[in-house]
Amino acid sequence: MKYVDEYRSGALARNIVREIRQVQTRPWVIMEVCGGQTHSIVKHGIDELLPEGIELVHGPGCPVCVTSLEMIDKAHAIARRPEVIFTSFGDMLRVPGSEADLLTLKSQGADVRVVYSPLDALKIARANPEKKVVFFAIGFETTAPANATAVWQAKREGVKNFSMLVSHVLVPPAIAAILQAPQNRVQGFLGPGHVCAVRGFGEYEAISSRFRVPIAITGFEPLDILEGTLMVVRQLESGRAKVENQYVRAVRREGNRMAQELMSEVFEICDRKWRGVGAIPKSGYRLRSEFRDHDAGRLFEVEEIDTQEPAACISGQILKGVKKPHDCPAFGTSCTPQHPLGATMVSAEGACAAYYLYGRHLRKEETGHVT
Amino acid sequence: MCLGIPGKILDCFESRGLRMAKVGFGGIVREACLQCIPEACVGDYVLVHVGFAIARMDEQEASRTYRLLEEMGQLNELKPSDNENGA
Ligand code: SF4
Repeated sequence: MKYVDEYRSGALARNIVREIRQVQTRPWVIMEVCGGQTHSIVKHGIDELLPEGIELVHGPGCPVCVTSLEMIDKAHAIARRPEVIFTSFGDMLRVPGSEADLLTLKSQGADVRVVYSPLDALKIARANPEKKVVFFAIGFETTAPANATAVWQAKREGVKNFSMLVSHVLVPPAIAAILQAPQNRVQGFLGPGHVCAVRGFGEYEAISSRFRVPIAITGFEPLDILEGTLMVVRQLESGRAKVENQYVRAVRREGNRMAQELMSEVFEICDRKWRGVGAIPKSGYRLRSEFRDHDAGRLFEVEEIDTQEPAACISGQILKGVKKPHDCPAFGTSCTPQHPLGATMVSAEGACAAYYLYGRHLRKEETGHVT
Repeated sequence: MCLGIPGKILDCFESRGLRMAKVGFGGIVREACLQCIPEACVGDYVLVHVGFAIARMDEQEASRTYRLLEEMGQLNELKPSDNENGA
């Protein structure tokens, strides 16, 4: 698309950085919520381009990273069953459960298939009526309309062998939890552009006024992130706290109404446990009872499995913005994308994997610390 | 995971009661569900995430934001230089 390349212009980026430097009088800590933004920031070195004193900390916005260990273990228990074709987005395949990952189960004979879209999982169900096809429905509000549509369509068409293991998470309760934590350092937020394309940003206005914190709803290109940062710094410097929309080309205040209706027809809000963070009240979606015939969690009565995170992994603190991947002794040594100890090392949008991918573990060895 | 990719609608059709489209992303063409963007038609840009269009991309807004950013740069050139080291 036109205007994609333009949003990567280096000369303009330097101009925005200069503008930030002119506005800024003291240090500020800003969190980007979304894992896609984290990836873009580390890939383009945006955090290193920013003036000293503007610290970007990485938020909990990678659904792969925050899917609880119990849920992963449940998924594995279902995938092991001989009558099941287990379908999932590709990035879930290497997330370690208590015992194995989906890729290992696949090599042991389980029918695990990667799909690009939940609608592809529905196609697999239509084509394999003798099998039970389960889709691992993870994601934030961005992914919820697609997942809702697949299960809504399955019900409408009567595709009885299609079900979903739902582990959806919602962004606003997580932001509130971060702001309420006693060790919180975050003073402003880059809001998640694509989540808001669906949900709009009314919920973020409530958070902004309740906690007196500036939020800029921000896109994913380098210039978007820099401009979002400038908006937040301007607000912080002038003592304002409101929601501004940097990502006007995709986000409207009310979001996508049709998508919201579909989501609330299919899902209802529930408490949800986040990997590394713990339980956050009203922070997830589950299927409404009208869709119980497509609810894999109910159909496959998988018992709660006692789970334990590797003790070395500090991903919980990384997801809350308290620590950075460099602070973890395992980072780049015993924990790498090939042998991940924690989920933030698995998904390319996890902070640990993004740091590793763009060579920051090498610089860690040279300099000890890079921030 | 929440990556949305802007693409251009090349063709609209219906499949099992769902509104679908063929969407071009550079050279690649993929199917996307248009169920939640009923007003979108051929030639429009949509933001596609996991095979599902979640928003219409506003080309005018895209160019307007870009121009603003550009102007900001130009205005900066008028200000006294702060010895930009080209970070
Ligand atoms: S580097 Fe590995 S062990 Fe350390 S916090 Fe990240 S995922 Fe966990």
